[in-house]
Amino acid sequence: MNYIRQVFRHLKKDLQLEWRSRDAINGMLFFSLLVVVVFSIAFDPTGNPTTTRQISGGILWIALLFASVTALNQSWAREVRNSVLDAQRMAPAPASALFLGKALANLAFVTAVELVLAPLFVVFFDVHALGDGWLLLAIMPLGTWALVVNGTFFAALGLRTRNRELLLPLLLFPISVPAILSMVNATTDVLTGDVDPIQPYFWLKLLAAYDIIFTTVCLLLFETILHAE
Amino acid sequence: MQSSSGGVRMLPVQLESPSRSVVPRVAAALWSAVAVVVLIIGFRQAIFLVPTEATMGNVQRIFYYHLPSAILGMIFPYINCAASLAYLFLRRRDPWKALGADALAVASAEITVIFVSIGLLTGSLWAKPAWGIWWAWDARTTTYLVLWMLYVSYLLARRFSGGNDQGHTLAAVISVFAAINVPISFMSIRWWRTQHPAPVFGGDGSLDPSFYPAVWWNLAGWALWGFLVLGLRYSLERRRQRIQEEAALEAIEASLEITQ
Repeated sequence: MNYIRQVFRHLKKDLQLEWRSRDAINGMLFFSLLVVVVFSIAFDPTGNPTTTRQISGGILWIALLFASVTALNQSWAREVRNSVLDAQRMAPAPASALFLGKALANLAFVTAVELVLAPLFVVFFDVHALGDGWLLLAIMPLGTWALVVNGTFFAALGLRTRNRELLLPLLLFPISVPAILSMVNATTDVLTGDVDPIQPYFWLKLLAAYDIIFTTVCLLLFETILHAE
Repeated sequence: MQSSSGGVRMLPVQLESPSRSVVPRVAAALWSAVAVVVLIIGFRQAIFLVPTEATMGNVQRIFYYHLPSAILGMIFPYINCAASLAYLFLRRRDPWKALGADALAVASAEITVIFVSIGLLTGSLWAKPAWGIWWAWDARTTTYLVLWMLYVSYLLARRFSGGNDQGHTLAAVISVFAAINVPISFMSIRWWRTQHPAPVFGGDGSLDPSFYPAVWWNLAGWALWGFLVLGLRYSLERRRQRIQEEAALEAIEASLEITQ
């Protein structure tokens, strides 16, 4: 109970800070919009509606992946300023509560970006789900959590290294391969709707398993990262 | 700070002295001699003795170099993971042993990258004449590429995080992540590719027993070579650590002399 309260307090602090500055959300939002526009230059979205439908799931996730990397790199920066992180290290609260609060806050930010990006996708690429559209309500949060939980962890890991801006994608992308595979395939299956309806559930289950495994690993190892020296 | 006449007594660091005994050197020399002999036998078997494969011809002989690298590239990650777990366990209990585990981890990660790179390159060289393309995104090549990416990113992260205790801890944590991720990506990519049917390529099934000598001699030879390089890289890293520790100790002693 106490643990949940500590997580909630960290979450509230991060949300409050973000509400005052709105740096992460604004940056991510514009960045992902730019990625979508650049992709629409790379191929003709209105000329080939079938192709667009087949690849727009991948484009959506790539835009979100890049955008969340830019925000995750900054998410620990405000802890470093004024040596807040050293204070957190000395605090009697469990380290994993700090991590969980931060990851949940990042989840909220990326979800906010998705809520704006999804209508834009419908407008720009003229996509609508031919399969069970409501499945996206499960795919999006699970996929976002898969990116955000590992991303928050590796951003913390890279804090005291050289080239930390570069290190995060270098570590995050290879580790995320199974998750990216699942969320892109699940989203594409829902959008195209031309596969047998069991398939999205299969990818959804894989994504959930990935989330559970890596959330556990992150929570177990975060203390080692925080006190690594 | 107390005077040098009493109080502070510097304890000798608990380091093993650099081994003067000839046993490891002789063992390494013998081991490398055996490795070279086995590799020569393997080369003779693979290139001259084993019968030419019926459909692919001489191109198939690259398989005797592809298979050992591919198999060994999947064995050394286990050593890396075990050594990293040992490091995380030992780092507060026995720092010098923990550094040994870290040396083993970096050595095995580098050898993993070497073997997986050779596996990927030879596979690609074989794929061009056999399949007509350099790279097919089938399950096995894709999983292998992911394995390569994981350990290259591990080595890059090591380089970025500096050669101190903090860097070792971060590297060990990344290694644990990579080790957990390997089976998940292997299975997920296999499911991905089996659901989108790809052409079933040859070479997956049985191997005629007349090819066995080339396979076994080369596998043995490259395994001997791999563990030899692992040992050499480990002892090199161990020496670097010892020099670093001695330099740190001298710096501490020097600073004590000045401040008295």
